[in-house]
Amino acid sequence: MRYLPLTETDRRTMLGVVGAKSVDDLFRDVPREAYLTTLVDLPMHAGEIEVERELAKLANRNVAAGSVPFFVGAGAYRHHVPASVDHLIQRSEFLTSYTPYQPEIAQGTLQYLFEFQTQVAMLTGMEVANASMYDGSTAATEAVLMAARVTGKKRIVLSGNLHPHYAETIRTTAETAGLEIVTGKAAAGMGETADHLLDDNTACLVVQNPDFFGSLRDLTPLSDAAHTKGALLVAVVTEIVSLGSVTPPGEMGADIVAAEGQSIGNALNFGGPYVGLFATRSKFVRQMPGRLVGETVDAEGRRGYVLTLSTREQHIRRDKATSNICTNSGLCCLAFTIHLALLGEDGFHKLAGLNHERAVMTADRLAKIHGVEVLTPSFFNEFTVKLSKPAAEVVEKLTKENVLGGVPVSRLMPHDKSMGNLLIVAATELTTPSDIEAFATALTKVLA
Amino acid sequence: MMNKQGRSTHGAADEHAHFETISGDRGLDHEEPLIFEIGRLGKCGVDLPEPEIKHDRLGGLRRRGTVGLPGLSEPEVVRHFVRLSRMNYAIDAGLYPLGSCTMKHNPRLNEKMARLPGFADIHPLQPVSTVQGALALIEQLAHWLKLLTNMPAVAMSPKAGAHGEQCGLKAIKAAHKAHGQKRNVILVPESAHGTNPATAALVGFTVEEVPANERGRVDLAALKAKLGPNVAAVMLTNPNTCGLFENDMREIADAVHKAGAYFYCDGANFNAIVGRVRPGDLGIDAMHINLHKTFSTPHGGGGPGAGPVVLSEALAPFAPLPLIVHYDNGFKLIEDDAEAKARDLKPFGRMCAFHGQMGMFVRAMAYMLSHGADGLAQVAGDAVLNANYVLASLKDVMSAPFGQGPCMHEALFDDAFLKDTGVTTLDIAKALIDEGYHPMTMYFPLVVHGAMLIEPTETESKRALDDFIAVMRGLAEKAQGNDKSRFQGAPFLAPRRRLDETAAARKPVLRWTPSAKSTAQAAE
Repeated sequence: MRYLPLTETDRRTMLGVVGAKSVDDLFRDVPREAYLTTLVDLPMHAGEIEVERELAKLANRNVAAGSVPFFVGAGAYRHHVPASVDHLIQRSEFLTSYTPYQPEIAQGTLQYLFEFQTQVAMLTGMEVANASMYDGSTAATEAVLMAARVTGKKRIVLSGNLHPHYAETIRTTAETAGLEIVTGKAAAGMGETADHLLDDNTACLVVQNPDFFGSLRDLTPLSDAAHTKGALLVAVVTEIVSLGSVTPPGEMGADIVAAEGQSIGNALNFGGPYVGLFATRSKFVRQMPGRLVGETVDAEGRRGYVLTLSTREQHIRRDKATSNICTNSGLCCLAFTIHLALLGEDGFHKLAGLNHERAVMTADRLAKIHGVEVLTPSFFNEFTVKLSKPAAEVVEKLTKENVLGGVPVSRLMPHDKSMGNLLIVAATELTTPSDIEAFATALTKVLA
Repeated sequence: MMNKQGRSTHGAADEHAHFETISGDRGLDHEEPLIFEIGRLGKCGVDLPEPEIKHDRLGGLRRRGTVGLPGLSEPEVVRHFVRLSRMNYAIDAGLYPLGSCTMKHNPRLNEKMARLPGFADIHPLQPVSTVQGALALIEQLAHWLKLLTNMPAVAMSPKAGAHGEQCGLKAIKAAHKAHGQKRNVILVPESAHGTNPATAALVGFTVEEVPANERGRVDLAALKAKLGPNVAAVMLTNPNTCGLFENDMREIADAVHKAGAYFYCDGANFNAIVGRVRPGDLGIDAMHINLHKTFSTPHGGGGPGAGPVVLSEALAPFAPLPLIVHYDNGFKLIEDDAEAKARDLKPFGRMCAFHGQMGMFVRAMAYMLSHGADGLAQVAGDAVLNANYVLASLKDVMSAPFGQGPCMHEALFDDAFLKDTGVTTLDIAKALIDEGYHPMTMYFPLVVHGAMLIEPTETESKRALDDFIAVMRGLAEKAQGNDKSRFQGAPFLAPRRRLDETAAARKPVLRWTPSAKSTAQAAE
């Protein structure tokens, strides 16, 4: 077996040193009736050739986004990742290192996390950011828990236009954590409000921008309304590239920003692994969940970085910890940091501009089709259309035309019958004019 | 003195090692500023076309002002991150004996497979008909996990071990609720990982600790005494954090079930028993499996991980969304509560957006297919043999509190052998850095004094173990031989000396800012 270095001779010698008769003898603390004497009924070991063949067979049964005109978004976006990103994150020293608990020999990881925290704070317009969470939805959940800690209140108001998976993830954790969840009514396009649900017992209002349907909104009136009631505003961003074009939540009064960072540096990966971004105000830093990297000096006065404020964390505080989190999304935030370093100020704005441009082109083209109405007046790279037929059926038929044409709202909101004909359409810098034309042609045919 | 490669080993003691270089760099060791300190406005490492937008549709929300990001060309970015990488220790570079962390070799085939466009370039919400191969892979991995644990169901979406714990405890909470039970206590041994009590608290339980006995196992009598109508579950790590198999598992399981509670097992140490012991045969109701430990997906400097949870018959109906079901000759995804209920399932909710850590699933599957049933049993056998070899080779010079019997995949030492030497566990760990090793896990588990927990894993050769053993024996002798100086300031030879963690926590600097001087400059 290519990954196992011990030879039979090694094993015999080592058993001699240990003073055991056999390897089985080392398992003598296992109750006999639970110790297997035969192999589990699974295939035997296989070489690289066989493994590659078997997995390629499965991979080939999927339609890769890059192989067709592709307009699927709703919380995960297909962007270009520069070649150097994937090369660098596969360097052994990044890929195969552990959490940087020994800072003297983990400055590489610690410094990029410090750079990552700085980038996230800059993008979101906030003061501080942590070293990442599992993904956007779990970051949003942690934001809600933190808002409850900060305010000492237990009522959480969710905007109806929050991504339904995010809302469900928050609800799942919050209800056993003893929080009450109130959710606004979803509305595609404009008009959804949740601020009327705020009261004096509210810990936070959670609102997504651009929202689930792609709509952009000014968060300032919502943060004012929340602050008046002594609540925090939690802003969720599922398309982080939008912040190259759109006013960041930090400039619209957000107290916590929870975002999905997949769009920068990370592939679609069928939903994971992704990278949750978490940023807030300095005054709340000791209530933050997750790992934090801080600057300090070593015994010789040289600048260096360490994991810090760990007295918040589970390995010190156990059941009194701010969170049970024991992971960040290390390699995914490295990919994020490298990609954003490559983009820089100019590249990031340009990338965002291209996304907006392609989405506007797509919306304008689709609007010309009979049976399509664009519902989203202001958007970044994603918008919602109302079709003359049920969106789920349309998407299936588009697939037969070799177009992956967006996400039917009914897939995520199956109970709201008024949403049956709504389709969420995303475009990115990878969307070409010919993709848009192919989509328009196929959609025209399917709706005819 | 020469080492076995014939090179001088004077190292730090050599006066030449101390001369100041003009650059501040030292040979291959480069100092590297932050990207914010080397970037310049107007540079860019990505060539993109200029967007042509006459009238934006941003609804008056166009971002005003700059973000503040530095501009760098591609070669500058590549050099920056390559230089940073060289300040890291890594399993590819040397033995990484972190107990409880299972730092084994990460096969590159896994990386190659995860990057196939059919896995990496598919969207979680594209039509299910276009991702049948992805669902088949998840089901295949689920099948392997169920067979290796002899458990009937598995929830695949948790994104890490602690997330898996949360999933398992939520299923337990839902099951009690469904049976009209209001139990709110979780029993956790004092040797447990910190995530166990933290997770129990997050899920709304109260935590009560169970002491260990003199053999490093859970005190069965104390556990039984604590079981009662308020206990929702017992959370146990097996093999435990002392590296020992809890030999009373069956009795514990019976007592727990008799008391109407569930038995949660922290599967962090599954590597010790994979292919040889199935947790389902021990009476477990739920166990998370860290794919980044047992199944070799890379730790990546702290993540991402994956923590699927296997569930017993009693807990299976409460598994969270999404669920994969077979139909005709394909797979269907159940993403909605009502649809699940129509099939008599009672999902407790959703752990995260989308379907879990697909990238990690592919890597783990590549690893499992490579090993097969025979290779996986060999993994556990070699992991346990390697740990016992280390234990047997060191227990005469170090102190092994439970060294009388065999250990499982990791060897636990305490600091009794350092008594009156002035050298601490921390000092030993830092001295190991100077010797070219990552330290072992230290001060964990909490049940022994000054713990040093060594987990070599099965991917170390005998030669690598012999070298490590020689170094540990040498350090133990030097510590006992009153050679304090090499310990107390260690490490001397790493990219950094010991860092001031107190200062970092007292006045946290968590980001670069254009105006503030760095801590180092301010200190000058």
